[in-house]
Amino acid sequence: MILDIGFETMTREDLEAVQLRRLRSTIERVYTHVPFYVKKFKSAGIRPDDIQSLDDLKRIPFTEKQDLRDNYPYGMFAVPMDDIVRIHASSGTTGQATVVGYTAKDVNTWAELMARSLAAGGATRGDIIHNAYGYGLFTGGLGVHYGAEKLGACVIPVSGGNTKRQIIIMKDFGPTILTATPSYALHLAEVAEESGISFEDLKFKYGIFGAEPWSERMREEIERKLNLTAVDIYGLSEVIGPGVAIECYEAKKGLHIFEDHFIPEIIDPVTGEVLPYGERGELVFTSITKEAFPVIRYRTRDITSLNPEPCMCGRTHIRMNRVSGRSDDMLIIRGVNVFPSQIESILMEIEGVEPHYQLVVDREENLDVLKVMVEVGEKVFSDEVKRLQKLETEITENIKEYLGVSVKVKLVEPKTITRSEGKAVRVIDNRKM
Amino acid sequence: MRVEQLSVFLENKAGRLAEVTSILAEANINIRALSLADTSDFGVLRLIVDNNQKAVDTLKNRGFTIGKTDVVAVEVEDRPGGLHKILEILNASKINVEYMYAFVPSSGDKAVMIFRFDAIDEAVKRLTENDVHVINGSKVYTM
Ligand SMILES: [Zn+2]
Repeated sequence: MILDIGFETMTREDLEAVQLRRLRSTIERVYTHVPFYVKKFKSAGIRPDDIQSLDDLKRIPFTEKQDLRDNYPYGMFAVPMDDIVRIHASSGTTGQATVVGYTAKDVNTWAELMARSLAAGGATRGDIIHNAYGYGLFTGGLGVHYGAEKLGACVIPVSGGNTKRQIIIMKDFGPTILTATPSYALHLAEVAEESGISFEDLKFKYGIFGAEPWSERMREEIERKLNLTAVDIYGLSEVIGPGVAIECYEAKKGLHIFEDHFIPEIIDPVTGEVLPYGERGELVFTSITKEAFPVIRYRTRDITSLNPEPCMCGRTHIRMNRVSGRSDDMLIIRGVNVFPSQIESILMEIEGVEPHYQLVVDREENLDVLKVMVEVGEKVFSDEVKRLQKLETEITENIKEYLGVSVKVKLVEPKTITRSEGKAVRVIDNRKM
Repeated sequence: MRVEQLSVFLENKAGRLAEVTSILAEANINIRALSLADTSDFGVLRLIVDNNQKAVDTLKNRGFTIGKTDVVAVEVEDRPGGLHKILEILNASKINVEYMYAFVPSSGDKAVMIFRFDAIDEAVKRLTENDVHVINGSKVYTM
């Protein structure tokens, strides 16, 4: 269902007019209130008045994750602290956390975008939403929560963890929509199976999964094991949280970016040059309605491409393809760029192989060695050693052929690969640079 | 005429094989025959046990990947050339042996070999035609 017909089906011309008006007002505000942007603009020799068209956006320098860290905790806020009603923070796995703030209006904008997202993913007023995203500083849990309430659906704020109890809640409370990370959805399926509960007997119709990269193959597996229609949701706290882009359940082919609130660009991660539609590169966002924490040309590090083709659902907002990797996850193996997602798609093309793998990089005698650990499930297992060796060879050869990099494939027992309840650990880089 | 064999995927890590045998012992499952084929990285453990369903459930519960395959138990005369005679028959019929291993019955004076064929029906037919005794599956589990 399209929740906001007015904005979500706007013609490109009208949408661009809205974007330009909102962009200019955002630029004006950050230039008045955020010293970081004043410095940034001055260093590039531009003033707010220079932004006369959407095309002028590319004259503004990028904002990087490091800029947010440098201004920790509140340096990027564009309103006085008195106007801030909510704080979230992203986990600082590789350093300092980044802190984001919301005014009351921002919280409402976010709830509206999440309500739109849930509706695009199949939810309506009468639905019961089992929300297994973590509640807390992470934006996932509360993002879905406020959106569900705005939509008028009923939300079960179950949060992450305690999987056995979640299974009981699913059985007894009869939720119809599941929101979780895709790896946690598969974990739920495993635990349900172990507890002798079939998703066929549960009431789920739709699942809205995100907060980590996943693949078409994982979608098939989730849809089959959880007996629901699965869509992808995208967002990041620096931009607003979940609800930046959502896949419609009608097409399930790319995520509509709410362009009346965010302007997307795809750039070459190395040169910074803006790439045309369809080309793969790093996703960059400018938020044009946020009050407390607007970002101008923020580099997300997520790798994807944009698809401007009209969609069968009727939304006119541009679609981003599934995020296929992180520009900082990119491994350089003996000079070759390798994204874990590329290895994953090669694995998924082999009949019976499940998406449980891990990449381990070592440096042996000054040479990079990439080891691909693949769990052996029942579908690929054989009593004959030569068949398992053939599987190893097939994976090795396919990776060599598609990516031009030699790897060592190691078959491992099920569940030996670190599969946390939140995010799967895909890469272990032991190289000492 | 077929015997159901279980196979278990094992990483080549110290103590993995002992873990399987101890799990089965705890579950009171008797291993009738066993063979391990391995490479530098992994191994495939093949087992004939006296309670397949229980063994499968117990091992799966402990996170092992399990396979089931039909194999054939063949009586081998316990004298020089006993095994050779059987291999000759198979060779003459162009039947490929994927692998084989010994099975030691707790009673009797005959030796028993477990054979894994691709063309299992054809193999059983040829062996029987040539007066080789193929042992009934149900008998093997408790032999
Ligand atoms: Zn659509």
